[in-house]
Amino acid sequence: MSSVWIVVAGLSFGLGAVLLVQAGNPGNYGFCAACHLRDIAGALGIHKAAPLQYARPEIMGWIIGAFVMSKTSGEFRPRGGSAPFIRFILGALMMLGALVFLGCPLRALLRLAGGDLNGITALAGFLAGIGTGIVFLRNGFSLGRARTISGPAAGSSYLPVVFAVILTAAVGSGSGYLYYSAQGPGSLHASILFSLISGLITGAIALKTRMCLSGGFRDFFLVKDTYLLKIYGLIFLSAVFANLFFGTFKLGFTGQPLAHTMHFWNFLGLYLVGVCATLLGGCPLRQLIMAADGNTDAGVCVLGMLAGAGIAHALNLAASGAGVPFNGQLAVGIALAAAFVIGWSFREKVLIKATA
Amino acid sequence: MEKKIDLRGYSCPIPLLRTRDALSTCDSLTVLIDEPAARENILKYAASQNFKAECFDGTGEWTLHISK
Repeated sequence: MSSVWIVVAGLSFGLGAVLLVQAGNPGNYGFCAACHLRDIAGALGIHKAAPLQYARPEIMGWIIGAFVMSKTSGEFRPRGGSAPFIRFILGALMMLGALVFLGCPLRALLRLAGGDLNGITALAGFLAGIGTGIVFLRNGFSLGRARTISGPAAGSSYLPVVFAVILTAAVGSGSGYLYYSAQGPGSLHASILFSLISGLITGAIALKTRMCLSGGFRDFFLVKDTYLLKIYGLIFLSAVFANLFFGTFKLGFTGQPLAHTMHFWNFLGLYLVGVCATLLGGCPLRQLIMAADGNTDAGVCVLGMLAGAGIAHALNLAASGAGVPFNGQLAVGIALAAAFVIGWSFREKVLIKATA
Repeated sequence: MEKKIDLRGYSCPIPLLRTRDALSTCDSLTVLIDEPAARENILKYAASQNFKAECFDGTGEWTLHISK
């Protein structure tokens, strides 16, 4: 992959995120694979948190853009069947971790680029979580083989993009079947067209570059490959410059948009995301992109994330600007125990045949 | 000794890790994979270790020959 793609990906995500905030999204909320999906869960009535309901077109754009790119580049491949139930659960746990911090790893980086120092605590937790996930991988963790899906059943691989198109049409036409926040973060958004185009472009780029922050750190730890980390470095730098340009850079821990300062829980929230993302083979953004390129296992993981968002808000587990509720703290402990049990239980030996 | 490992159906980073483990037990390895990301990661790993690697295209899958 050429360095041109590193630059294209870095600039489009970094500048796009800040421009989306300028166009109406809440602060440091240009892109987020977790919170935006949580807002979609709200729009679909999966949770009833009134300020967090809007079918964010950025996410639908990611799925449609990645689908089109995978089709045109010949990378679309219907496949699945690798422990879908466990992937659903890990997706839900990953969403819980993200909602305790208030952001996916990409938003952690974008928050830091806006001067929100809580991003450092969270990214440290994310790194530690990846390290823990790698220990499980080295001890033989695997969710098993997926298989190629052929014939009419391959149609199931198109469901994410079909659903994304329907949801785009619904939010574009102001459908009464969706919920819309009258106030709060869900009521703040860029125009549907701008959000959708931003998503389409960055989704196609994410597919092409295989962008994944957990993958970036993992590749660095395992094979000293810095290709993905360079993309995230450039996203950070371009977002910092754009925030400085627009006057939205505000350095500090307190008074940050859609953030809290409970450092231990910021760390542990993304620690949980790091463990789950490593076991799943990709961060929340990557799961959405893989769901678009025919990977039905990633599609199941995204469904788990939607369910996780529903549970997190129904049971008062998710954080808010006020911090992480007791229920959420308890849930993170339980979720980590569950992730460790999964990491330890799902081990298998791959047969190596001697041929000479 | 030459060995062969079938990693079709596994998602990242398992193909890379298992390839690395297998290479620690032999000098020459044939790897079967069907994930484009895994192919790229394994080829990058082989290059980083100065191993010789060849990639042969199949129908929706690849055969990699890696030798130390």
